[in-house]
Amino acid sequence: MGRLNANNVTLAREIISRYPRPKSALIPLLHLAQEQDGWVSDEAMVHIAELLSLTPSEVLGTCSFYEMFKREPVGRNLVNVCTSIACMLVGGDELLEHCEKSLGVTPGATTADGAFTLNEVECIAACTEAPCLQVNYRYFHQITHDEADALFAELRAGGRSDEIPPHGTLTRVRQKIVSQRWAGRGGDGLPEELG
Amino acid sequence: MTVTDAPKLITARFDQDDAYLLSGYEASGGYKALRKALGSSPDAVMAEVKAANIQGRGGAGFPAGTKWGFLPPDISPRYLVVNGDESEPGTYKDRLLLERDPHQLIEGVLIAAFAIAANQAFIYIRGEMPLAHERVANALNEAYAAGYIGRDIMGSGWSIDVVLHWGAGAYIVGEETALIESLEGNRGMPRLKPPFFPAVKGLYMQPTIVNNVETLSNVPWIVNNGGAAFAALGTEESSGTRIFALSGHVRRPGVYEVEMGKTTFRDLIEAPVYGGGIHHGRSLKAFIPGGASAPWFYEEHLDLPLSKPAVDKAGSMLGSGAVVVMDETTCPVRAALRVVRFFAHESCGKCTPCREGTNWLEKIMHRIEEGTGRLDDLDLLLDVSDNLSPGITWPPKQTTICPLGPSAVSPVASSIKRFRDDYLAHIDHGGCTYD
Amino acid sequence: MTDIATSESVTETGVSITLNGRVIEAQPGELVITAAENAGVYIPRFCHHPRMEPVGMCRMCIVEIDTGRGPALLPSCMIPVAEGMVVETESPITKKAQDGVLEFLLINHPLDCPVCDKGGECPLQDQTVAFGPGESRFIEEKRHYEKPIAISEVVQLDRERCILCDRCTRFSQTVAGDPLISFVNRGNATEVNTFPDHPFASYFSGNTVQICPVGALTATPYRFKARPWDLDQVESTCTSCSVGCRVAIESSSNQLVRYLGVDVDAVNWGWLCDKGRFDFEAVNSENRLVRPLVREGDELVDSTWSDALAKASHALAGAKERHGSASIAIVGGARLTNEEAYVWSKFARSVLGTDSIDAQIGDGLPSDIALGLPRATIDETCAAKTVVLLSPDLKEELPVLYLRLRDAVVNHGLKLVEISASETSMTPYAAVSLRYRPGEAALLAQQLFEGSGDVDVQADLGRARTLIEGGSTVCVLGRSSVAERADSVVQAALRLCSHVPAIRFLVALRRANVHGALDMGLTPGMLPGRVSLEDGREAFTDAWGELPEVVGLDTTGVLHAAAEGRIQALVLLGADPLADFPDRDLARRALVGAGFVVAIDCFETDSVRQADVVFPAATYGEKTGTTTNIEGRVSRLNQKVTSPGTSRPDWMIATELAERLGGDLGFETVEEIWDEIERLAPAHSGITRERLSSSEGLEGIVANGHSPNVVTTMEATATVTLPVDGYSLRLVSARKLYDNGTIVQQSPSLAPLAPGEIVRANPADLDRLGVTTNDRVRIASSRGAIIAPIEPDVGVARGTVMLAFNQPGSGAADLIDASLPVTEVRVETVGRGDQEVSG
Ligand SMILES: Cc1cc2nc3c(=O)[nH]c(=O)nc-3n(C[C@H](O)[C@H](O)[C@H](O)COP(=O)(O)O)c2cc1C
Ligand code: SF4
Ligand code: FES
Repeated sequence: MGRLNANNVTLAREIISRYPRPKSALIPLLHLAQEQDGWVSDEAMVHIAELLSLTPSEVLGTCSFYEMFKREPVGRNLVNVCTSIACMLVGGDELLEHCEKSLGVTPGATTADGAFTLNEVECIAACTEAPCLQVNYRYFHQITHDEADALFAELRAGGRSDEIPPHGTLTRVRQKIVSQRWAGRGGDGLPEELG
Repeated sequence: MTVTDAPKLITARFDQDDAYLLSGYEASGGYKALRKALGSSPDAVMAEVKAANIQGRGGAGFPAGTKWGFLPPDISPRYLVVNGDESEPGTYKDRLLLERDPHQLIEGVLIAAFAIAANQAFIYIRGEMPLAHERVANALNEAYAAGYIGRDIMGSGWSIDVVLHWGAGAYIVGEETALIESLEGNRGMPRLKPPFFPAVKGLYMQPTIVNNVETLSNVPWIVNNGGAAFAALGTEESSGTRIFALSGHVRRPGVYEVEMGKTTFRDLIEAPVYGGGIHHGRSLKAFIPGGASAPWFYEEHLDLPLSKPAVDKAGSMLGSGAVVVMDETTCPVRAALRVVRFFAHESCGKCTPCREGTNWLEKIMHRIEEGTGRLDDLDLLLDVSDNLSPGITWPPKQTTICPLGPSAVSPVASSIKRFRDDYLAHIDHGGCTYD
Repeated sequence: MTDIATSESVTETGVSITLNGRVIEAQPGELVITAAENAGVYIPRFCHHPRMEPVGMCRMCIVEIDTGRGPALLPSCMIPVAEGMVVETESPITKKAQDGVLEFLLINHPLDCPVCDKGGECPLQDQTVAFGPGESRFIEEKRHYEKPIAISEVVQLDRERCILCDRCTRFSQTVAGDPLISFVNRGNATEVNTFPDHPFASYFSGNTVQICPVGALTATPYRFKARPWDLDQVESTCTSCSVGCRVAIESSSNQLVRYLGVDVDAVNWGWLCDKGRFDFEAVNSENRLVRPLVREGDELVDSTWSDALAKASHALAGAKERHGSASIAIVGGARLTNEEAYVWSKFARSVLGTDSIDAQIGDGLPSDIALGLPRATIDETCAAKTVVLLSPDLKEELPVLYLRLRDAVVNHGLKLVEISASETSMTPYAAVSLRYRPGEAALLAQQLFEGSGDVDVQADLGRARTLIEGGSTVCVLGRSSVAERADSVVQAALRLCSHVPAIRFLVALRRANVHGALDMGLTPGMLPGRVSLEDGREAFTDAWGELPEVVGLDTTGVLHAAAEGRIQALVLLGADPLADFPDRDLARRALVGAGFVVAIDCFETDSVRQADVVFPAATYGEKTGTTTNIEGRVSRLNQKVTSPGTSRPDWMIATELAERLGGDLGFETVEEIWDEIERLAPAHSGITRERLSSSEGLEGIVANGHSPNVVTTMEATATVTLPVDGYSLRLVSARKLYDNGTIVQQSPSLAPLAPGEIVRANPADLDRLGVTTNDRVRIASSRGAIIAPIEPDVGVARGTVMLAFNQPGSGAADLIDASLPVTEVRVETVGRGDQEVSG
């Protein structure tokens, strides 16, 4: 918990190696930390700063800009209900309201059993499939209130784990890290001593 | 009702279940264009793309060939960056292209990189799209294994790396210079253009081309069929086909690839194979023609063709190909507030007018919708808008670095101009008159 | 020299633009905001700062600019002028837009100007009064944050007042290279902050307070001390170190309350380090000496000037009569102004008849090296192709020089070759870092040019050689450690001279006005104006009378002599050998052995407590005159407050003593002193008071009228000192910015910042020696042993240990033997019996 574990440090080094400049790996590394712990702790940010030879302050500056990085623990399942214009027009607000009732929490809050954190979010690029929501960023298109209830019940019972990994895990398929990095090497505008 | 018989250029494989796999892609002619391109020359490829006169599909609608031409010669390294941050409310196309036909994009990326002599490309995908990540990651792995990506591709002597990169939740990162900042590991805050035109000073201050997913997905077709064939579709100023995401109050919301110029908004909204008309037989109140940033259109705009110049001239834009339809029961104040809320929430905070102004607009709109609006709030809204976008003209002037701030003005100005009475009703009725 | 001479003197043809209908000439590449200002049109701004890269984000400076494609609102802070450009700063559209921005800035800004430190000197307040909208149209709740939070020991941040201009954050990142504050969160929720529990601990943090355009950042030492309008200001020069940054000193009711950096091109660009910015607290200190003291038995008791002067002069006269002038010695003087140094130099030679006078405390360089090497200015150093750092850690000892060099490396492609005994703050910026074993710098220099030495460093040596021989090379020369004798670095420097004839030097002696003191002859064998006793004898005898026959002793020599009872009268001229001399044992024996000790100081230091007569001296901010910086640049000091009690400027004390010894130095005023310097001192001839007080004087004037040609007469030899055995490590002892010196310790805001005594050693060595640290170790040298906390540190070169010099409780000086070339120590596990020994 906190600092990246050995496997992730190895992975982090591979990721860093793909970019002409290490700092470009900052967002990927923050995702890695969130995948490990479900959220991004201060310890993780300090560790990432070490790996990229940045200051923790620089890491926080970037981390805090992006909404997906949670700097406090969240529920196992992050339920993002879209209420942006396209969804609003066809029932986004009502869907959110229903989820609040059904989960017993207001947006931003986590259920007592730590199973769910509910969020009201802006457009998630499924506008023609409105109303919609995401659980750990997995899409549920044109979802009815009953379907939402069923989904929550299933998740509470530990179902669908193959389809919906715990919060933090975005993708189960990684791009393999190519060994040869002739591209982008050098010439990235920095005097090599600093590069 | 005209539905042109134009071929589907980029959504052709959407119904093919295994199109996202290399086998499926190759089975339907995949990577032929790459072989063809590598067999010719960068200049030849560039020429085809210029001939196609394809306009960027990311929002700004700038001709791709012309943009590539801006690259200063013999400065390297130079980079190609794919903009897959799709976040503009109403927009839903790039995600589908990434999920259903990742190899088509990758082939386009490879050909484009070859044409501009880049040796490294980055595919920046919005963070909230895990399936797209998985499909593209898998496709990249397949393409590397098959030798389509890597060193000395197909004996051409040309080598390239393609790196998949995820965002982490920030609409503004879709703006190309913010995307570059983000790719450098920074806060996604836009850079001023000039001096920071990506083609000249982009990623790591090196020449960089940023193109939208849909734009690049067209490149294989263009190379296979020739720029002329692409230009032959649509009209002179608006060539080819384009994906439109039709959402809101229509019978058949959906994602449709239609021929530019020859199709009208009415066709898109009413044709049975497209929108099938306003739902519940209601009538149209307004529609957003090109994503949340676009000024609203109404009844009288329905017969405008889906062509950049026509829509620009009428005072809005095709933008990101997102058409959001509102029927007669829609509260324009609430709808406009919802769009303003988006921009206030997504402001990066760099420019004072946007950071403070979008937020202020939201607060005032909210007050009106909630029933504590005041008469002079309308003038206040317009004056604050004017301080974000002087003159409230189209195309917008801006007191900010990027167009996000001014974008918040579109819904406000549009709705006040057209639905002033609704605003007044909210104010003296002390709340929303539509609940 | 040539490089910058060209780059600066070449005047390109101007660009003409139309500004508000008027055609004006601007410099190519100049920003519109600057061009307009030079043409008398001020465009309001908040984020723009002339010494930082523009970001164009506050949007206050937007004006209508037409570059041919029609007028557009653009940030004038980011757009360079272009031929034919049309700029409208007064047009209705511009005005409306700017008023709009101002209103946006104000909607969330608190209305607490009356209680804000910035009130009265706040651009936002001024803008608002000048153009701002009256009645606020923003009826919603303003943004709320916890009121000021301390982001460092000296800086507080009020996030409600912050207008997010990115000045402080940009400064910390791009100027100081300490990115410890940044924007956090996004959009309307954006705030400036540190990472939790990682404070903004930067030596340069105070600059952010100065450049904050509103009252968001305030300095703890200044908060609520005074309101801008009852402040009284005068320009002067900082003497906290020898960089000589220009400052504005501000006082309120005869108390110094604030220093602000003044922007001069040649030196500090407006920046200051926090020590220089805040150590005025020491001047205001309650503990200042306010009246003379004389010894009665074991005690120092209050006395009067006449009594104390009588006692001191009697002792000096006695020593001279009974034991001869050579029995009188003067140590110190780096704290003095040039004028005061001159007077003491004259007093020592013409009245006391001694040449044993030395402003350095055994921690500097031989004066013939310091004065004789070909010189480079800071600008020339930064404009060089390659700079060799054979110096202490510049960030610790000459902070603003560090900023200038860092800028030259990061933004202008300067290449650094670092030759040091261990990692320094400059290491990350060095093109090549070469490590030498303490005492063996000369050997490394030899290998550098002869290509000998270990194979594993050959590549580095090669790259370094290429860079150094690549042309326009400057060497920053100083002592990187007081635990090794100076000769090794000196020889290394001489080798550089002989291999790179065109090389020039910036001599990094750090103490206040040490360069001025050397120039004025506060060093054996030298007279004012950098002439040797011999060369200057004739001219100066005419003006001063009899001069000493023989060259006197330097501080080390004096202390040895005193320890052996050969010094009858010792004057401590603001010197504290017990704290500052590398070899404390010798200093202790010397003060005991000296017949009679006169101390002139501002505080009762350890050394002062050993004195027989003590005179209270005036100090910085309390006296006028001139000071000389590291480049030999003479700039003016101005008085802002009156010195406490009966304390006086040092030169008056010299004239008073001279009188009582039957001599007349012939000075009534400081001006008279400078006139005589200008007349007699070869290096300073031509630097008239008129020039100094003219506009050219604001930057100071570099004294290079003359320099003695001593260097070529020496020749480089590389000595190798063999380690005593495989178990010993070599001590590296250097200063930190915040140390146990009186100035820092008497400044309440700074004192807590001294890191204290910490031993650093390479973990590999500790393993090899089987030292179990349990966080404290015993260090023993031939001189003595101490117990100190330890931190394993891979940055420390193998075979060495680092121990900061003169930290609170530091025992470094207890380990060093000034007579040895290096200090060999053993690091051992702390044994039972040791526990009590520790201090
Ligand atoms: C606020 C803002 C958001 C944007 N978001 C996107 C986006 O999500 N995807 C995209 O491709 N372009 C987006 N753009 C447009 C890009 O800046 C850029 O013009 C485009 O990616 C260029 O690719 P194209 O020429 O192929 O369209 C956005 C622009 C702005 C001002
Ligand atoms: S307009 Fe808004 S989003 Fe665009 S750069 Fe400025 S603050 Fe950021
Ligand atoms: S001063 Fe130009 S934008 Fe801030």
